[in-house]
Amino acid sequence: MLDILLFGALPYVAMVLFLVVSVRRYRYEPFSFSSLSSQFLETRRLFWGSVPFHVGILAVFFGHLAGFLFPRELVLWNRVPVRLLVFEVTGLAFALLVLFGLSGLLWRRLTTSRLRVNTSPADLLVHAMLFFQVLTGLDIALRLRWGSTWFAEALAPYLRSIFLFQPDVARMAEMPLSVKLHVVGAFFFFAAFSYTRLVHILVAPVPYLWRPLQVAIWNRARPQNPAA
Amino acid sequence: MDVRAQVSMVFHLDKCIGCHTCSIACKNVWTDRKGAEYMWWNNVETKPGTGYPSAWEDQEKYKGGWQRVEGGVQLRAVGKVRGAMTVFHNPNLPTIDDYYEPFTYRYQDLFDAPEGADQPTARPISMVTGEPMDIEAGPNWDDDLGGSPMYAANDPNLEQVSAAEREALFEVQRLTFFYLPRICNHCLNPACVAACPSGALYKRGEDGIVLLNQERCRAWRFCVTACPYKKTYFNWSTGKSEKCILCYPRLETGQAPACFHSCVGRIRYLGMILYDADRIQSALAADPDKLVDAQRGLLLDPNDPEVIAGARRNGIPDDVIASAQRSPVYRWVVEWGLALPLHAEHRTLPMLFYVPPLLPVMAKVGDTGYDTSIDDFLGTVDSYRLPIQYMASLFGAGNEGVVRYALRKQLAVRTYRRAVTAGDVDMAKADSLLAAADSNRQQADAIYHLTSIAPFDERFVIPPMHREQAIEMMEDPLTAKGFEGFGFRQRPERGA
Repeated sequence: MLDILLFGALPYVAMVLFLVVSVRRYRYEPFSFSSLSSQFLETRRLFWGSVPFHVGILAVFFGHLAGFLFPRELVLWNRVPVRLLVFEVTGLAFALLVLFGLSGLLWRRLTTSRLRVNTSPADLLVHAMLFFQVLTGLDIALRLRWGSTWFAEALAPYLRSIFLFQPDVARMAEMPLSVKLHVVGAFFFFAAFSYTRLVHILVAPVPYLWRPLQVAIWNRARPQNPAA
Repeated sequence: MDVRAQVSMVFHLDKCIGCHTCSIACKNVWTDRKGAEYMWWNNVETKPGTGYPSAWEDQEKYKGGWQRVEGGVQLRAVGKVRGAMTVFHNPNLPTIDDYYEPFTYRYQDLFDAPEGADQPTARPISMVTGEPMDIEAGPNWDDDLGGSPMYAANDPNLEQVSAAEREALFEVQRLTFFYLPRICNHCLNPACVAACPSGALYKRGEDGIVLLNQERCRAWRFCVTACPYKKTYFNWSTGKSEKCILCYPRLETGQAPACFHSCVGRIRYLGMILYDADRIQSALAADPDKLVDAQRGLLLDPNDPEVIAGARRNGIPDDVIASAQRSPVYRWVVEWGLALPLHAEHRTLPMLFYVPPLLPVMAKVGDTGYDTSIDDFLGTVDSYRLPIQYMASLFGAGNEGVVRYALRKQLAVRTYRRAVTAGDVDMAKADSLLAAADSNRQQADAIYHLTSIAPFDERFVIPPMHREQAIEMMEDPLTAKGFEGFGFRQRPERGA
């Protein structure tokens, strides 16, 4: 019963919250749709937290995404033990980078008086959720070896079944506890995503790369010469 | 020719008395809010001095503005590639300590303190943390300390000055300083706009005012780094950047901006300028000593029939063209060549121009006070108390010629007025000085008039902003009937 709730219903709750709340917040509360940068109040320690954290989390995220999108290729890659080892060690290194950065960020936030007054409960929730994900992920990587292969063989099909609206709860039910915790944590993460500063990921300024540098906005339509 | 209109400004530094009324007017209207306490969209600095934020002119530290590169200009520290590389931590972002930690006093303690042997005191407390703090800096911390080796000696512009002259500058007998009021320059090539990855910053097409849409700002903070004048600010509480908006709600209702309106010394002038957007690229690439002239070359004569035709083609209304024809700015900057852009070397094409100060002009002091019997009793540009290289570093992008020209002409006008009013200067001498300064009596009268006795509506020629048309373009005026008014339809608070 709990399995059905956690692996059959929760993902859809998370998905709906993620989509609906993001769109609603973007449209009706655009003012708050960003991260609240604290670099202006403290910059030196931010460097040692923010950079490793972001580099690590991006690598880990795209690693997960690759495993989900190309499970076959991942299994084929991992067939040679050396390549498996390289992949796992790389992933582990990035996860440790995340842990290092995240610890630095939390420690900085809690020990700098200027930041403490500018920290919301949602910020602490984000830290807690990220810690939970990193620690359960590290547990899987270290205790249950070769997670990347069976992520491709067992978890990717489960995730796909969610998106096909036929959740394969049975497949999840037989997973080890660490994996279950990691997956449930991820669902809670996505459910809470749009209520927190994490929304800044959705507005990453990629279009800037092809935008003309200068921006001019006319209030009136320009009658004849439309050259902008 | 692509004619566009720009609200631009002139500050006459000889008239600035350093009273900070402009700063206070702005503070009261715009930045008296949480997270904005440290911001001074308008501030007044003492020069020589380090200014606000501390040593903002030191681009080795702050890395603001544009750099000339092959085939154009490039942002010094941010932009598309370098911005992407520093998005997780911007090494060139000033912190609150580069400005100052805003503070107030615990006044309530004066009332609540229990009876005792000592007088109660109001302790200073931080407006960030609310905890007691030691005040170590402020927005005008080196106010009037023009000769102090602790502050003034750190002025980055003094690097252009020889060691001997620098030493002489700080001799007690030669001590001098002047005030430099600063607001956003509303540049033609704004570095802040170019650096904003969210596209929240933009230049308003009709009047060139640079604005920041806080609902699109995502706190990437590159605008703060990019502006070489450090006139975009980051609100640490809302996580949004903010900047001078040239009081556009006042302009749209025909009023001068708060800092202009409140200026006690009447140093400020505002008017519409027409410029040629097609020539911006070439002006940006000019050699350093040609930069000021290249920038002035962009400004078009509003009485030229060809310019008027071009303006009409671009949809600039006739009454705006008429306003540009009465603009005091065009006269100061182009006709008279007296007003110069501040730090043009950053290639943002600032649209705020400064008339460099003549300073105390009577350089010769005798035993009984100023000696008026000598020939050049008003002094000469060569006996100017601040080194010309210093002024050229501020207002000429290193070119001493443009500064010398502006000073010589002001001096000639002053001598001429002395001849007219006091009569103790020979009129022939005044005429020859005027001629040498590329001027004549008629122009001198006009300069005198606009400097000294011009009334309000000659100093502020506020163009019709045609806000009514803009509003009708965007929305039906009746849709907002029954709403709460202007501004946010939600309170400007962050949810999470």
